[in-house]
Amino acid sequence: MIAEAGLAALWFASALAALQLVMAAIGIARGRHDVAAAVRPVAIVQGLLALLAMALLIALFLNSDMSVKLVVENSHSAKPWLYKFAGAWGNHEGSMLLWVAILGLAGGAVAIFERSLPERTLTSTLGAQAAIALGFYAFLLFSSNPFARLNPAAADGLGLNPLLQDPGLAFHPPTLYTGYVGLSVAFSFAVGALVTRDVGPAFAKAMRPWVLIAWIFLTLGITAGSYWAYYELGWGGWWFWDPVENASLMPWLAATALLHSVTVLATRDGLRAWTIMLAVVAFSMSMIGTFLVRSGILTSVHAFAVDPERGAFILALLALYIGGALALFAARIGTVRAGTTFDPVSREGGLVANNLLLSVILGIVLIGTLYPIVAASFGVQLSVGPPFFNKAAGPIALLLVAVMAVGPLLRWRRDDAKAVLRRVMLPIGATLAAAIALLFIWPGVLPWAGLSLSAGLAVASVAPLWKRKLTRTPLFTYGMVVAHLGIAVSLAGMASDSAFTKETLVAVRAGEPARIGPYTVTLDGISPVIGENWSALEARLTATRGGSETILRPQLRFFANPPTSTNESAILTALDGQLYTVLGQPDGQGRWQLRLWWKPFVTLIWFGGVLIALGGALSLLGRVRRERRAAMRSEWA
Amino acid sequence: MLAALLLCIVPAAAQPVTPPARYANVQLADPAKEQSARALMETLRCLVCQGQSIADSDADMAADMRALVRERIERGEKPASIRDWLIARYGDYVTYDPPLSGLTWPLWLAPMLLLGIGGWIARSSFRRRTR
Repeated sequence: MIAEAGLAALWFASALAALQLVMAAIGIARGRHDVAAAVRPVAIVQGLLALLAMALLIALFLNSDMSVKLVVENSHSAKPWLYKFAGAWGNHEGSMLLWVAILGLAGGAVAIFERSLPERTLTSTLGAQAAIALGFYAFLLFSSNPFARLNPAAADGLGLNPLLQDPGLAFHPPTLYTGYVGLSVAFSFAVGALVTRDVGPAFAKAMRPWVLIAWIFLTLGITAGSYWAYYELGWGGWWFWDPVENASLMPWLAATALLHSVTVLATRDGLRAWTIMLAVVAFSMSMIGTFLVRSGILTSVHAFAVDPERGAFILALLALYIGGALALFAARIGTVRAGTTFDPVSREGGLVANNLLLSVILGIVLIGTLYPIVAASFGVQLSVGPPFFNKAAGPIALLLVAVMAVGPLLRWRRDDAKAVLRRVMLPIGATLAAAIALLFIWPGVLPWAGLSLSAGLAVASVAPLWKRKLTRTPLFTYGMVVAHLGIAVSLAGMASDSAFTKETLVAVRAGEPARIGPYTVTLDGISPVIGENWSALEARLTATRGGSETILRPQLRFFANPPTSTNESAILTALDGQLYTVLGQPDGQGRWQLRLWWKPFVTLIWFGGVLIALGGALSLLGRVRRERRAAMRSEWA
Repeated sequence: MLAALLLCIVPAAAQPVTPPARYANVQLADPAKEQSARALMETLRCLVCQGQSIADSDADMAADMRALVRERIERGEKPASIRDWLIARYGDYVTYDPPLSGLTWPLWLAPMLLLGIGGWIARSSFRRRTR
């Protein structure tokens, strides 16, 4: 019954999406306010039905209903509770349902909370959101039904990929998807404003909070995914420039650029066409990412099922939505092209540089990700990986960091180059001091530049607070300060990790010590451990540093359903870095392979990521508060 | 990202029967040589995993390739010549650092081109100085 109810909820939701689209179209084209007024409630109910479908799928997984095909293929009754719950989206159909549920909820949230957009533009925005939803409901219902039954029912399921059996599965996909799909709101806003020719500062102010929300979640999702990969994979890497990672990075880059250009549109009515374009591009990147991951073009744990028909379906949706938005953009170019121009040396100028560099990095990542796929279709097998991305995007990213340091210190409209130079003396001094100090322990070109610039950026990012009344500084200024500081912190962590990581690979007997960085690690012994649905060989390691001892327990874990082994690393976090330990195979003569890394300040990478998201949250709060106050003032006036 | 998990999941039943080659999981004694071996390994693709370098893969084939890289580096061979040897044997697919060729020049030219086009577009948003 639950499965049928879920399927019914999906069908009803898609019917409502169709209704929402038609009513929005009639409301706009015929100017029927009564019809347009009903679009909001329909959008809300549509979102709730999509959420209900997701909740019912989770219920099926929690109950281990082995008459449902998806549960049989991806779950097992002996799995811990958390992985039954999160396992609902640990597969193709379930993750697409989560995608669609968030899409529906995003539309519903706009319908409930958006009050500043003119009614006509809001109606066409919700119409655009319904058009996107309709396509993806069709995708679910016609080619990826999560509620399909299995007759006869199976005795038990096949289990979930053990690499996914981690608390990370409960947090990373929903967070990332909220960001990914949240960008659909920016896309719909752009389409809505193009339809009603309403691109201007008021529109930008209305769109900004929605972009911020998506961006915050995207930042957190990427940060969490990076840390998950870091501790789960067992080799100490935290970013691999792998196509699936790139698929999440590209929307983030576009959203970051959008966040900055929307500010220029809101404050100075500049960059109109560019902002609309970025809003379209940002969600297009989300859809391209979904296509790459879900089509089976790539093989990965993310690409749960390989099915060319699904790939073709998503590709058709992609062409329809991106092509449609671009055609509309071309048709309306006359109304959006205008906008104020400005001086190169100005805050706007800095933000244009930000947008330019972010877009170039986005282009590099996109081309690097698609190149092997395109080459393969011509019968050429080649790989594009970390060396390419570091060489091509690294220097531009560092240039962007320099722009980021100077930008917030520029005045709007026009600034004086000499005065700017005076203001950036301190950050430049910090950069040079770090650069010279680092010459003595030469860490390599990119890490050297990265560490020096992060010192400069750290100083520059707090400079906007200099000589200001801290209690009267708006919250969104703090948001910018914290987010930019987060970039400096994260960059320092990345550079430090790549420059100063120490590695020790040894085969040791019990009692035999190994040295790694400031630690001495001794294998005390190996013992078997039994978990809920796995068994493991667990090493007991004693890590000694300056008299203090810590016990670490890395495991070699064996899962029965499906039969797989994984390395569970054990990590010791100190103030100045992490000791990362992994248990490898025995050599048959009483020795065990150990992989040990000392990673100075590596935690700064993710700490910085959290700071960036926190900055976004402060900024969001500040903007919403100011808008509300402005609205109250205008009511009183 | 978990993405990284383009992992080769090693089936539990298929643990290696023969012990891995000597240098698969053992570092070279000379830190400078180990460092250049490590740098090379990070740019070589594990052929059976598809999404990982041989420096961070559990697969047997990656272990064998690590051993091969370390042995050759120890013998004094240059990283570039080891890479060329591997490319000759396995094709361009094995290197994450695509060599500049008739097929890859658009890829390597792209960053410059994007920067140029982007700069040209951005120019239009600036006002000419009128003073």
